[in-house]
Amino acid sequence: MKSDVLIIGAGGAGLVAALHAYESGAKVRVITKEYPTRSQTCMAQGGINAALGNVGEDSVEAHVQNTLKSAKSIANEEAVRLLCESASEAVKWLDSIGVCFSRTKDAKIAQRTLGGASAPRACYAQDYTGLKILHTLYDRCLAYGIEILNEKYLLDFITNKDSVCGATVLDIRSGEVESYESSSVVIATGGYARIYDKYSTNSTASTGDGISAAIRAGARVSDMEFIQFHPTALKGSSILISESARGAGGYLLNSKGERFTNELAPRDEVSRAIHNEMLKGEDIFIDIRHLGEKFIDEELPQERKLAKLYENVDPVYDLVPIKPSAHYTMGGIEVDDKSCTKVRGLYAVGECANHRVHGANRLGGNSLLELVVFGKQAGVNAAKYVKDMNASMHSHAEYGNEKSMCSRSGEWERVSSSTRDEELVPMLQRGNVNPEIDFYKIREELGNIFYKDVGISRDKKILESVLVKVKNYIAQLPKMGVSDKSKIYNTNLIEFLEFKNMLELSRLILKGAISREESRGAHFRADFPNEDENFASHTIVDKDGVVA
Amino acid sequence: MKISIQREDIQEYEVNMQDATLLTVLNEIKSKQDATLTFASGCRSGVCGSCSVRVNGREVLACGHKVQDGDFVEPLKNSPIIRDLVVNMDRAYNFNFKAKAWLNPHINTPSITQEDEKINEIQSDCILCGSCYSVCPVYAVNDEFLGPFSLTRVWKYVSDKREGKSDSKIENIQTNGVWDCTLCNECSLVCPQGISSKLDIEKLRSKSVMAGYSDPNFANFGGGFGFDGSPSF
Repeated sequence: MKSDVLIIGAGGAGLVAALHAYESGAKVRVITKEYPTRSQTCMAQGGINAALGNVGEDSVEAHVQNTLKSAKSIANEEAVRLLCESASEAVKWLDSIGVCFSRTKDAKIAQRTLGGASAPRACYAQDYTGLKILHTLYDRCLAYGIEILNEKYLLDFITNKDSVCGATVLDIRSGEVESYESSSVVIATGGYARIYDKYSTNSTASTGDGISAAIRAGARVSDMEFIQFHPTALKGSSILISESARGAGGYLLNSKGERFTNELAPRDEVSRAIHNEMLKGEDIFIDIRHLGEKFIDEELPQERKLAKLYENVDPVYDLVPIKPSAHYTMGGIEVDDKSCTKVRGLYAVGECANHRVHGANRLGGNSLLELVVFGKQAGVNAAKYVKDMNASMHSHAEYGNEKSMCSRSGEWERVSSSTRDEELVPMLQRGNVNPEIDFYKIREELGNIFYKDVGISRDKKILESVLVKVKNYIAQLPKMGVSDKSKIYNTNLIEFLEFKNMLELSRLILKGAISREESRGAHFRADFPNEDENFASHTIVDKDGVVA
Repeated sequence: MKISIQREDIQEYEVNMQDATLLTVLNEIKSKQDATLTFASGCRSGVCGSCSVRVNGREVLACGHKVQDGDFVEPLKNSPIIRDLVVNMDRAYNFNFKAKAWLNPHINTPSITQEDEKINEIQSDCILCGSCYSVCPVYAVNDEFLGPFSLTRVWKYVSDKREGKSDSKIENIQTNGVWDCTLCNECSLVCPQGISSKLDIEKLRSKSVMAGYSDPNFANFGGGFGFDGSPSF
């Protein structure tokens, strides 16, 4: 059955969009490659920003200014204002649907300070903020009876001329390709920090599938080179230690036990400071021992558990070894002030989209806020688009002929792509021949190269040599493939498709990083260490290359 | 170090890794030895609930279990196996829908104190990994039983000051719900988040009794009371 609004991705952004599209009267269907509640959103720990002033004096203006400052002149002030002005309402809404926020002694929502914030602004639920928000959103979707289809992997968007009319997906369980028709589609598929492989804090699912598919469908992406490195990931596993550990007074120490930076500066600055220490041969640690066991168990229970499990250290008594790791991708699909992409009816929200509120460096606590504020915008506008379209069809009295304009199969203009279903079947049927080149090896190599050379510090010559390597990998793709030939739940195939998407996005990151001959926020060029006004703009790319 | 994994047959793998989590080992096997090995994973840090399996007969998160030589890994029980270590969780998830595990908000959101917050803090830590359904002996024989995580979720909302329709939630869990549990406590023992659905079910029973419901099993033993669910005292 055709839906009005098809949402790809069941993380925070997707579910907020689904709820608001539903409330606007649309027939909503949500598709996820996992299950809802398993997405990246559940990993957000620190909090969601809103200038409520519950704990210390704060104002919307201060939130706006902090965000703009951290964004280094390439955020859209209007969008930032909308984000910050809607924050109080966003938190109120989450509270009203049952999110279990931590509270203050006087029964207000508790707030804490994250990096780059001039006041305790992040509302939180211990260090499980994302988890509790995501699960509450999911429960809300159940209350509305919204259809959620699990374990279906996005292949491509179906378009007719310049409009979207659905998506093709691979049912992971059956191995069958399916098409879902829809008058509008919302992309909420998350970011692409998994390109950094074992140097990423992200879920293994953050592979940029929606962004890749959007480019193939004719959408534009921007600012792909801006990738945030979180200062404190566990040294061995890249698992995140929340910024709230520093917000609460945690220190960063080098091997000599010396502090070397302002722990509460924005993430790009702290990561660079750590990076520089590490270049000198120092090991870096976070020290929260002085916060005491009671506080740690109360406010940072997850951190203690993870440090024990992955580093065999107990932060109550020990220093925790850390390193910066790829955490959040500021770039993404270009959207207008209605969250709409260049393709009509195709919307995008969350980490996969670029609403131009984070600019060159995102503030902690702004991404959960973004998905609530712009999730609503995307959901409402996608529903409105369908309503307007139906109304105009009626008024043209062509409804009978036109209502299924997208389903006249002969006219479907399938987007050009290398993951089309016609090519999936042969990939599985290539006999028992194992692929010549093992893509898992290349995936790991890509991650290593990106961390070292397209990471915290970059340089033209090195970036260019990485681009050559990436182009070479792309050329070798026909020699890669899957060795698992099963149709049923073939994760080897899914991981290969994800890898192809990441490889494509790697190329775009490099194009952006090479052409931006300056340093700004998370993009630091050792050969151009200063900000340059001429580059105070966005790098916009479509499938044919850099546009602006 | 050797581990064996229940696939169509039991398969043994040799890995040279120390002090590694099971998920790290599974990834190592998949990317280096056998690309057909199938399992689910996500966050690697115990919050997404994707990678629950059984090791030596016990439910664990693969990302939270340190592998020991000789470990035997199997998929969760009581859910259809799709392939290797991956089971279909749709049915278990759907109990959250059947149990109406969501908030029916008041018109005005009441303010929540620190004490109120603590009442259901741990219940809201649930990650829906499904370990509790795998170990539940009641769900094993009655696949209509609402089951541990959805009943915990009902308690989470029923105990929340913001809930406006507590009564209808209690009514909804009388059949295939709170009275079917045997209070065996297995679910509490395997929960990676330290949640005790058993305790939550006991609390829901108290609420049920206060609302005028009673244990249908008990009523039957008492003699003279039918199965019609009418109050037995």
